[in-house]
Amino acid sequence: MKLLYFSWIRERLGKGEEMVELPKEIKTVGEFLDWLKTRGEEFEAILEIPEIVRVAVDQEHRNYDELLGDAREIALFPPMTGG
Amino acid sequence: MVNAVPNVRIQAEDFDIGTEISAISDGRNDVGAVVTFSGLCRDEGGTLAALELEHYPGMAEAEIKRIAEKACARWPLTGLRVIHRFGKIAPGENIVLVVAASSHRQAAFDGASYLMDYLKTRAPFWKKEHLKDGSSGEWVSAKDADNEALKRWE
Repeated sequence: MKLLYFSWIRERLGKGEEMVELPKEIKTVGEFLDWLKTRGEEFEAILEIPEIVRVAVDQEHRNYDELLGDAREIALFPPMTGG
Repeated sequence: MVNAVPNVRIQAEDFDIGTEISAISDGRNDVGAVVTFSGLCRDEGGTLAALELEHYPGMAEAEIKRIAEKACARWPLTGLRVIHRFGKIAPGENIVLVVAASSHRQAAFDGASYLMDYLKTRAPFWKKEHLKDGSSGEWVSAKDADNEALKRWE
């Protein structure tokens, strides 16, 4: 699965994307974020404040309690500031 | 009435407002109102050299299309065009354009306003400041007021 990072999350991780193998037991966005935290302290720091990180699954916004489904692409980013 | 099909573009290049107004109204006799909103880059009191607009390719267009389709379903619009730029944008330059057309003005005003309110909080774009002193400034923070603005459409 492809993970994408944007804005200060991308800068802090030093990369815009990576390929990962997601454990099969992970069903929801929240469980996915909990798993990300186990991948290193930089992820722990980014996800320290709940709800500051937004998640899109296959290019659609998802809440933390929603299912990942057959996701091919998951993106993490801060609240948006376009317009 | 069949809903209008919105035209959404995500691009680095500038746009011409007159061209977009013509595209939404030329050759039609049912358009009675065209509302345009354009968002420009401010210099923040002379301190800002440029804004760098990062976006999520693919999702940026898809999300604005979703918002635009909702606007076209909610109001009797005859046309809706949205352009959002990305990349480095200097003060005074255009960032975003919304052109909404309808037979009567209220739908065009409301459609354009709704589009911008949702675009601000849901379209995956992020602004980073580049300052005049040569330093790279901060990522712009999201405003609570932008979330508050959505409430009037609920």
